[in-house]
Amino acid sequence: MSEFTRPMEGATEIPPAGFNFENVSRNARLMEAWTNAKEQAEAMRKHHAQHGMDVAPMMAGGGYPNHMPLAKKTGTTIAGIVFKGGVVLGADTRATNGDEVAEKNCRKIHYVADNMYCCGAGTAADTDQTTALVASQLELLRMDLHLPHATSLRMKTAVTRISRLLFRYQGHVSAALILGGVDKAEGAQLYSIHPHGSSMRFAYTAMGSGSLAAISVLESAWEPDMEEADAVTLVQRAITAGIFNDLGSGSNCDICVIKNDGAVDYQRPSLTPNNTAPFRAAITRSSRMDMKPGTTPILDSKFVPHKGATLADVTVTEMEVS
Amino acid sequence: MMSASHSSMVNPMSSNPYGLKEGEVSTGTTILAMPFDGGVMLGADTRTSMGSYATSRSTDKITFLSDHIFCLRSGSAADTQAISDIVKHYLSHLTIETGREPLVKTAAHLMKNIVYSNKDSLSAGVIIAGWDPVEGGQVFNVVQGGSCLKQSFALGGSGSLFIYGLMDSEFKEGMTQDEARALVKKAISHAMARDGSSGGMVRTMTVTAEGNKRDVTPGNELPFGPVF
Repeated sequence: MSEFTRPMEGATEIPPAGFNFENVSRNARLMEAWTNAKEQAEAMRKHHAQHGMDVAPMMAGGGYPNHMPLAKKTGTTIAGIVFKGGVVLGADTRATNGDEVAEKNCRKIHYVADNMYCCGAGTAADTDQTTALVASQLELLRMDLHLPHATSLRMKTAVTRISRLLFRYQGHVSAALILGGVDKAEGAQLYSIHPHGSSMRFAYTAMGSGSLAAISVLESAWEPDMEEADAVTLVQRAITAGIFNDLGSGSNCDICVIKNDGAVDYQRPSLTPNNTAPFRAAITRSSRMDMKPGTTPILDSKFVPHKGATLADVTVTEMEVS
Repeated sequence: MMSASHSSMVNPMSSNPYGLKEGEVSTGTTILAMPFDGGVMLGADTRTSMGSYATSRSTDKITFLSDHIFCLRSGSAADTQAISDIVKHYLSHLTIETGREPLVKTAAHLMKNIVYSNKDSLSAGVIIAGWDPVEGGQVFNVVQGGSCLKQSFALGGSGSLFIYGLMDSEFKEGMTQDEARALVKKAISHAMARDGSSGGMVRTMTVTAEGNKRDVTPGNELPFGPVF
């Protein structure tokens, strides 16, 4: 038996591993309770109104909310293509919380292994956690098998691990992923993996709320065996289409190139089409706005001491250090 | 009369005939398999959709199970991929343990057992077709509720409703390989022309004792359609 399987001495409880879905049933119960309470409050209000009582202080629906707090979803544009020398992945950098931009420069191209990177759309926490978990599994597998080179680790292994994980959670883990990379067995490969656990292999694909804008660009200009510079420009155009035409996507464009020999070129940011600094710098303010101190004359001043204010009697004691 | 589907979430007349969850990727599909003289012919369209959006226009729904047995998938993409991976795994073990090719009916029964025992949580309609040295070319239809039906030809997916009449009228026992391929292409083209969730290309697979042969017909070279 390995020492790692024995519970630690003095530890009373070991937290369960993996994702936790306790809150799903809690939220359902809570929502049901709220709905009942709202109906009761509404009935009470109607009853009071019918009998000519004052209903002004009673809030409609008893002040209960209409929905549970929502998880942070990344309205996203992610895309990837296979080219002559490997794979190019691209992503925007906006994270949203409802209508609000929660983060202007977030990282959506995740590390999975030295020869594989993964773009994530869906719930930010789920894409982060899923890719990190599989990255850890693959690194342990690589060490266990004594694989000589990064590209000995197969893409197929990563796809199987991720889709089995997502299938097990029946779509409750909202991770829509584009996995790109190279391996010795099949060369450069690109896969899309949906939250319910289905996977497909593509030569070019896009996902997220901006995927319709991005795939239009890819469909019109992708061709087999593209040069690296052309491939990067195409993915930049696809992501920019998402940034400017999809409200859920925005800010910068990140790019990750994985070449056939396993070399990685991670460009963050690759494009900054929404950089406001030059525009702000170009604004010349009227000299009338720059007022010197003392411009407003002091006409009168008065000092009123605080009534009954006493300073606490503080004795400083040296801390014992020996 | 026994109903082929028992699952309470499945209603073939609704706009969501597979009981898919929101946002689930499905193979709204036309799939078709039929035996001919010396083997079986499988055919499928290549569209995969999520609601009204086609997430892929070149999907391969003809899925490997063992050297001479394949399955055609319809319903949820995630569910059918997961269960065909399991059957593929079982069959590879069986091949090693027995030292011979598994029978088509073994593959079909393995698939049926999984679909039946998980009927409440799966949306999967699968056709298993293949060749074995005992019974030759055969076709089994494993439907939504978990029934396993041995058929002279099998249709599946949302597009199948449009071509039952065509197949009833045109299918004959003991056709040649070329006749079978032509009929499969024609039938799937007709389904693709009338069913919104079927489309793209037509893929076929010929399974015989000599080996397997794939064939792809692009959308602009189909024997029929589109309908205007």
